[in-house]
Amino acid sequence: MNSVSRRRILGASATLASLSVLGESAWAQAKDRLVIGMSLEPPVLDPTKNAAAAIREVTTPGIYESLGRIDRTGAIGPGLAESWSISEDGKEYVFKLRQGVKFHDGEPLDASVVKFSLDRLFAPDSTVPAKSLYTDIEKVEVVDPSTVKVTLKSPNSFLLYSLSLGDSGIMHPKSAPTNDKHPIGTGPFMFKERKEGDSITLVRSPTWRDPASIKLDTVIFKIVKDPSAQVSALLAGDVDAFPGFQAPELVERLRKDPRFVVVVGTTEGEVILATNNGKKPFDNPKVRQAIAHAINRDELISAESGFGTPIGSHFAPHNKVYLDLTRTYPFDIAKAKALLAEAGYPNGFDASLKLPPVGYAQRAGEVIASQLGKIGIKVAISQLQWPQWLSEVFKERNYDLTIVAHTEANDLDRYARDGYYWAYNSPEFRAKWREVVAATDFAKRDELLKEAQRIIARDAVNGYLWQLAKIGVWKKDLVGLWENSPTPQVDLTGVHWK
Amino acid sequence: MLEFLSRRLAAALVTLVLATVVVFAVVEVLPGDPALVMLGTDARPDTLAALRARYGFDQPLVVRYFKWIGGLLTFDLGSSHAYGTSVAKLIGDRLLVTLPLGALALSWAVLVAIPLGVFAAWKHGRPGDWGVMGFTQIGISVPNFWFGIVLVLLFAVTWQLFPAGGFPGWRQDPVKSLHSLVLPALSLSLGEIAILTRVTRSAMLDTLREDYVRTARAKGAPERTVLFRHALRNALVPVTTVAGLIAGFLIAGAVIIESVFRLPGIGQLVYDSINNRDLVVIKNVVVLFTILVLSVNLLVDVAYAVLDPRPRVRT
Amino acid sequence: MKGFLARAARHVGFQIGAVLLLLFVGTALVSVFWTPHPVDALQMRLKLQPASGAYPLGTDHLGRDVLSRIMVGAQTSITVGLIAVAIGMIGGVALGAWAAARGGWVDEALSRLSDLVFAFPAVLIAILITSVLGASAQNAILAIAIFNVPVFARVTRGAALSMWGRDFVRAATAMGQGPLGITVRHVMPNIASVLIVQATIQFAVAILAEAGLSYLGLGAQPPVPSWGRMLRDAQTYVFQAPELAIWPGLAIALAVLGLNMLGDGLRDLLDPRLRLLRVG
Repeated sequence: MNSVSRRRILGASATLASLSVLGESAWAQAKDRLVIGMSLEPPVLDPTKNAAAAIREVTTPGIYESLGRIDRTGAIGPGLAESWSISEDGKEYVFKLRQGVKFHDGEPLDASVVKFSLDRLFAPDSTVPAKSLYTDIEKVEVVDPSTVKVTLKSPNSFLLYSLSLGDSGIMHPKSAPTNDKHPIGTGPFMFKERKEGDSITLVRSPTWRDPASIKLDTVIFKIVKDPSAQVSALLAGDVDAFPGFQAPELVERLRKDPRFVVVVGTTEGEVILATNNGKKPFDNPKVRQAIAHAINRDELISAESGFGTPIGSHFAPHNKVYLDLTRTYPFDIAKAKALLAEAGYPNGFDASLKLPPVGYAQRAGEVIASQLGKIGIKVAISQLQWPQWLSEVFKERNYDLTIVAHTEANDLDRYARDGYYWAYNSPEFRAKWREVVAATDFAKRDELLKEAQRIIARDAVNGYLWQLAKIGVWKKDLVGLWENSPTPQVDLTGVHWK
Repeated sequence: MLEFLSRRLAAALVTLVLATVVVFAVVEVLPGDPALVMLGTDARPDTLAALRARYGFDQPLVVRYFKWIGGLLTFDLGSSHAYGTSVAKLIGDRLLVTLPLGALALSWAVLVAIPLGVFAAWKHGRPGDWGVMGFTQIGISVPNFWFGIVLVLLFAVTWQLFPAGGFPGWRQDPVKSLHSLVLPALSLSLGEIAILTRVTRSAMLDTLREDYVRTARAKGAPERTVLFRHALRNALVPVTTVAGLIAGFLIAGAVIIESVFRLPGIGQLVYDSINNRDLVVIKNVVVLFTILVLSVNLLVDVAYAVLDPRPRVRT
Repeated sequence: MKGFLARAARHVGFQIGAVLLLLFVGTALVSVFWTPHPVDALQMRLKLQPASGAYPLGTDHLGRDVLSRIMVGAQTSITVGLIAVAIGMIGGVALGAWAAARGGWVDEALSRLSDLVFAFPAVLIAILITSVLGASAQNAILAIAIFNVPVFARVTRGAALSMWGRDFVRAATAMGQGPLGITVRHVMPNIASVLIVQATIQFAVAILAEAGLSYLGLGAQPPVPSWGRMLRDAQTYVFQAPELAIWPGLAIALAVLGLNMLGDGLRDLLDPRLRLLRVG
């Protein structure tokens, strides 16, 4: 589970779109076959080996299933576990497994397989990217072949969510070592072949427990990295659907085409002007507030061709606990200048803005530089490759400002972390967050989450810009794809052609 | 002759060994931690360390260098960190795009350049010659990626005759795949047409001055026979060599064009591998390119030595 | 000199080249003091405007004046090209002259080194270099300069070697002048024309290379305008504003064409027998 979106990386170079009228390929038109366009390529096909969100999109829940299952609203329902119960103190979870589940290679699922999979996540020598989500687990026990008991060191109100993510996909000990190249799970689709840099083909699994729910025989994930090439692929009929279309500026072109529908939904991606709170002059709250006052969100969203919802804190507007805090520091250049002067920088200062290679950051970078320039902050932009961004900005904290989307649900916990790249060390927030995690009463937790949003908005930890929109484009006779993106996954159960 | 060949071969080998050291050194100092790229922003320090140990990133540089060279010598290129698949397979798949692209561009260049060059030599010093020379001047000045963009504006956006980018894949749709290589090949060939035309023209001018051509003309042979039978046949030697040289550079130079048209070719593989810090892939592909360039150079030298017995003077 | 001017007056290619170069340098100079609009002024309400009186070439995706950006882009091209060629020339001429004067192992070692640089696929290595050092104008200059060094070294060595064989140089050697003195006093003045011609051509090649690197996002960083980057940005908007992809490319092509024609013209005028290296 990587907190920062990799789905939005738009290969570092741009390309062109086409209006090819070469006619539709027959194979893309068959009623039991679906070609889904992906803007990022999954590296390996095993979410326990690599953090890339694209792996989860392709493999969950099509190939691998978890104990719980996240539905299209972001709610958790039964997955491989039919039901569960949680002890009074929130430290014991007992999962009742589904009966008769088989892996694609015919191996049966039982409690020992689940224990094997979960043990891998938090074992001392585990190299699972999302290990930190599971380190609250003390032990996993097999109660009987269809019952598993998970015991926690301390209560964790996010555990069920974590056990529903692709990261905790249940794998068999026999196939786990080779899942990176040839994934084998319990899901409705099984892996057929992959061509690196081009496509991944899945076919309907003969071992799936509910054959009637699957309407597609073949699903091809086709990698088309460049946004304008995505338009070409759609227009040429090479691709049936782009659940995550990457080029807001090209949407108008597709809206005009009667063959397609454009569905604009929500994502969990908050785009922020991440700020190094540990570095002068950004350690001064007045400087951060001045920046907050200088940000004109309308202009930023206009650079996104109007896609996106303004945010005033680190929280998704579609969430029921969301608070609209965009007026905390309204756009006001005079106020911003005054705050800078109060902080001791009447003439502004120089700052670096290190951008990751993602479309929205590239688009917003020059706009932010110009907006901060108006209050005297001279911004030097540099564009980094993803690995450089990870090392230089994220790990070594060698930056002043950066623009990035945090795409995970429930990612407020980052503000409570030690040594996180914002260097926001607030005892007040940390105390609040501990209450959130330990809350077993969900109504109480919701109240606490609202207070947490207020604290970081008030502290202007980062510049809060906008919530990314999920732009889905697909053929109009295709039904069942998710309109929103509560978690990075492409759920194909129930997807079919009219 | 043999001595010359063995000296050239030895020099090429020395260059190759130096090249592997340079490539290894550059790839090793690439900023960015491959383990961090794989495990992402939630990775814990202990998981990162465990992963580095698993992939051998923590071994001393010298050990890793010789391991890599040992692999190269036994044709074992290792496995990609990003994909988990073998580097040889990755390269093979991508060559299926880049090689046809290069071949298409080269044959197009030869088809256009030779008649143009012959024409210019025939019209030597007259408006036809100036026209061709002016065209070649433009050909080497226009950036090929911009030419690609202009072709797309015309043939894909306005007239909608060709796709603007992407590649459906040979197996899915061979006709469409070939179709989508047309514009990239055209853009790639522009500069090569210009260079080949110039080479053809000057080689033709040289041979047209030779005695046997004059004799043929004096004997009243038709102009077409003189040009194509007598002059061109001999002018083809330098033209072929230059075409060979170009072939090597075409494949390496396709990076930007593949980027303009989003073709999943070998150039894009390196480009993506650099962006993913897939070090194994970068090292091997760059060295393979180097071997390719060195072999082409060597072949050209050999061809010259065989065809032209005069002693070689190094330039 | 008089003869040169008289011949130049008859050489059409040279004249076209000179006019284009003047236009190119002139635009860059003017843009230092004046542009029609502030070059970085964003006006989101005016984005992707077609050409008009106020904006002769229209506006880009952030509502900036394209003409102003093309003008300032000329500065970027000239700066990057000039410095890269200067570095390559200083390094290459020194090494080439040294190899010619010393011969023996120095010559052999330098030949191997230049073979080494030529053996690498230039674009890939430039991408690697900018990845190691970070994308910026300075590092693009460095990447381009590295490939210029062996070009100048080879040309210098070749031309200098032929000078070393001439009688007047032999006479100077016999009179006891040292290799450095001979190189400076006798060899360099006689090969200067070769170097000038080569430098003109390399300048053209460097501008093309800079455009390619910034097209890939590895050159000058925004908001500094650069032609290659403008092309890259324009590509996304081919449907809404196709002309955005025309102007920067035309600017690159004209600048490079001017330098190439000037270079070829200079060669004809200075010494028609010159052999040039063309390495792209």
